Amino acid sequence: MTLNQLLPLVVLASSLLPGLLIFALPEERHRTRSALNLGGALIKLALVLWMLWGVYNQQLYEVRLAFLPGLELVFRVGPLALFFIILSSGLWLVTTVYAIGYLEGSPNRSRFFGFFSLCVTSTVGLAMAGSLFTFLLFYEMLTLTTYPLVVHRGTEAARRAGRAYLAYTVFGGALLMAGTVWLYTLTGTLEFVPRGFVSGLDPSYRTQLVLIFILLIAGLGVKAALFPLHGWLPMAMVAPAPVSALLHAVAVVKAGAFGIVRVVYEVYGVEFAFGIGVTYPLAIVAAVTILYGSLRAMFQDDLKRRLAFSTISQVSYVALGVAIVGPIATIGGVVHLVHQGVMKITLFFCAGNMAETLGVHRISEMNGVGKRMPWTMAAFTIAAFGMIGLPPFAGFISKWYLSLGALEAGREWVVLLLVISSLLNAAYFLPILHVAWFRQPDGPWPEERDYGNRETAWALLLPPLITAGFTIAIGLFAAAPFTPLEWAKLISLREFGTP
Amino acid sequence: MTLILLPLAGAMLAFLFPRAGGRLGLLTAFSVLFSAIALAAVVIGDGVQLHLLGGWPAPLGITLRTDGLSMVMLLVAAVVGLGISLYAAVWFRQEPLNGERFWPLWLLLWSALNALFLSADLFNLYVTLELLGLSAVGLAAVAGGAAAYAAAMRYLLVSLLGSLLYLLGVALIYHACGSVDITLVAERLSPSAASRAALALMVSGLLLKTALFPLHFWLPAAHANAGAPVSAALSGLVVKATFYLLLRLWLELFDTFAPQLETLLGLLGAAAVLWGSLQALRQSRLKLLIAYSTVAQIGYLFMAFPLAAAAGLQAWYGALYLVMSHALAKSAMFLAAGNLRRHAGHDRIAELDLVAQRLPLSVSAFALAGMTIMGLPPSGGFIAKWWLLQAALVQGMWGWALVLVVGGLLSAAYLFKVVGFAFTRARGTHEACPVPLSMEWIALLLAIGSVLLGLLVLPPMALLGVGDPFGLALEAGQ
Repeated sequence: MTLNQLLPLVVLASSLLPGLLIFALPEERHRTRSALNLGGALIKLALVLWMLWGVYNQQLYEVRLAFLPGLELVFRVGPLALFFIILSSGLWLVTTVYAIGYLEGSPNRSRFFGFFSLCVTSTVGLAMAGSLFTFLLFYEMLTLTTYPLVVHRGTEAARRAGRAYLAYTVFGGALLMAGTVWLYTLTGTLEFVPRGFVSGLDPSYRTQLVLIFILLIAGLGVKAALFPLHGWLPMAMVAPAPVSALLHAVAVVKAGAFGIVRVVYEVYGVEFAFGIGVTYPLAIVAAVTILYGSLRAMFQDDLKRRLAFSTISQVSYVALGVAIVGPIATIGGVVHLVHQGVMKITLFFCAGNMAETLGVHRISEMNGVGKRMPWTMAAFTIAAFGMIGLPPFAGFISKWYLSLGALEAGREWVVLLLVISSLLNAAYFLPILHVAWFRQPDGPWPEERDYGNRETAWALLLPPLITAGFTIAIGLFAAAPFTPLEWAKLISLREFGTP
Repeated sequence: MTLILLPLAGAMLAFLFPRAGGRLGLLTAFSVLFSAIALAAVVIGDGVQLHLLGGWPAPLGITLRTDGLSMVMLLVAAVVGLGISLYAAVWFRQEPLNGERFWPLWLLLWSALNALFLSADLFNLYVTLELLGLSAVGLAAVAGGAAAYAAAMRYLLVSLLGSLLYLLGVALIYHACGSVDITLVAERLSPSAASRAALALMVSGLLLKTALFPLHFWLPAAHANAGAPVSAALSGLVVKATFYLLLRLWLELFDTFAPQLETLLGLLGAAAVLWGSLQALRQSRLKLLIAYSTVAQIGYLFMAFPLAAAAGLQAWYGALYLVMSHALAKSAMFLAAGNLRRHAGHDRIAELDLVAQRLPLSVSAFALAGMTIMGLPPSGGFIAKWWLLQAALVQGMWGWALVLVVGGLLSAAYLFKVVGFAFTRARGTHEACPVPLSMEWIALLLAIGSVLLGLLVLPPMALLGVGDPFGLALEAGQ
């Protein structure tokens, strides 16, 4: 086995092994556990950056393991896979630092960090999956490894949320599996290839292919929180803040959106999907989800719930970009995978900081938070501006490319949709900024903790500042090499085979 | 041959020297596993093994035959049996008197199992079946108590009736063909009224013993009221043995007889999947829940019959893979449930959160085994479900596919009803009986085994194919 074949497996092992070791660690061994966590995250990031350089220089990282007769376990790191892996492993590192600070002194940390590592392993596995079968394996594993994180608090509300989460995701997994098996019985192969592998089928299979497409997208749509399959996401907000960050930015929701990209581009092929008429309905579903999520977000007083509905809306930009059908819109959709992740994780970190430091959970309690926690609110503000799509922040780039792509494809209504969505985003983010910066505090904070002359613990403050920094950087220098935008163009060029 | 004699000798010795039962049992368990592995090596190397007892050929003597199918069953029994023996050695330290009753019966049961997997003639199979049934009933009664006795009594009647029906069928076949050797019968048997009647009798006897819906009424009580090692053996191995026998008869003798019967078996299987899962969902006691889950999983096995019509490979391999992984997973589950129950003194699901947190290894075992039951990857159950689903979809049998999917969802519902409690915060403390770590680890290792089956698929498949027990070469040639 050559080094290039080994690397994907090592990347998987770099979070799998620490995860398994952490389970075995006694609860009170904090230092060893943190060392394992951070060590694994750093090694993974280093390896991924190495592969980034390799892929940029046309290297191929691929490994095939015999699994079932006729079905191999394929891991292949191409530009698109790497895009998602960079996002996950980068944000995983930041989230680990945050989680160590956030959970300090709380019970069951071995269990938490064990599943946390397994969750990232599954995410990276599904990112590297070179076939729909491999993708399915890790997609289901992601469901199982996330469940313990959602119910981590152990309260009755947490258990209800866990039940809802499972009901949705196990159902989605079953749909995806049924679709995958069905497709396999037709094609005899499940490997992702540029422009898809179903286009060679006899035209008489068209109806079946449409049905399979619906099954697959519905299965993925549960995790991607497409309307009306989004119900679990706001409920899952009872989980601790690092878990929300993970769900929204690093792993679960992204896995669904990423899967949609894979299915449309490398299973069906976008031209073929357009040809059998399934992209337009997908665009409609995405559009409805965007509006619905934003509208519901406006009426939430609970900060994390507002952010959750915002995610529902924002992640659908990815599906929308894919469904518009056109090279520029594709770039806009794909790049939003990373842009949304970086911005949303910042928002969740900040929300967690306020909850942890001041006991503030509701927007109505946030009066004057900006004076007490200026750095946290600064990071929040940057990310919120990004979400609204103000230049020069990351979100602007996504919306710009989506709009251009829509015009190019002759779908003017999408531009209108994006304008409305931006207005709605502004309508639910700006009031938060207003009360935080321009109002006086009502009185003592609900549950204030004292961190001396700092506003909160370092481990809690640094992660949002770093990700907020990225929000500015990837927007401001979008045209520099190795930014998400440039990489998305590379993906479009090399992997999807579009000019 | 050693595979039958070893546990038989162990059983005799354990009966004669009850105090040494545990040590004898462990010794036997390890040597059985060892000889099973040795035999597997021979089978993989040289193909199907025939052994003539006393040197007499088929019409007169007794033939033992080992192909891939029997070998896989023997290995599963050896691995699960070793786990159960190790567990029982610790479990019965608290109930030494029950232990003295357990060991001879358990080793006898194991011997009957191995003999059943090896036998190649119908009458010999009847003997093993009867022996298996009687020792299983004895085991079910070991725990004592009114509920266990009542359940064991019902089990006894069911078991006797089942064997009797089977024996009647054998008698009819002997009358028609003049032999009970399976290979000879297969050559001589022709579809006639008598052979159809024989088929009906034998199949219904075996269905009763395999507890296929609606003949499952005896199973939940018998499996749930027994002690943990016994439940594990009954659910993990005994029902599989009768399924194996039915499958064997089907493949060798009756496969062309009655296509309508295939559909009937499949329909009953589908009903079992739905009914068993729904019942499991309704249970408030952990062991009953697991027992009903067995009823549901047996249903999947029978769904392979109609699916095999046009997709033999996928359907049979799926069913056999389910047999293997379910044997490991279900015994792991019952053992884990035994730990929880011993720790708490009860198995009421709603109060389990007080217990689950203190036995993380047992809960992990339960959850890992649950992955196989739900058919989620990575686990043997996923592989089985993948194949069965493929078999259904490739023929466009949408109804069967739907049942497979819905069954998986229902099993997720009832399993997470239990697992959910592992994460809630336990309130207060209570007097709990300590559980030895070894008992937790045995359950966990069996569960890990069922997960590993989902990762290493090719070696068991290669073994299963030795001697072409499913007649696939013929099918491919047609």
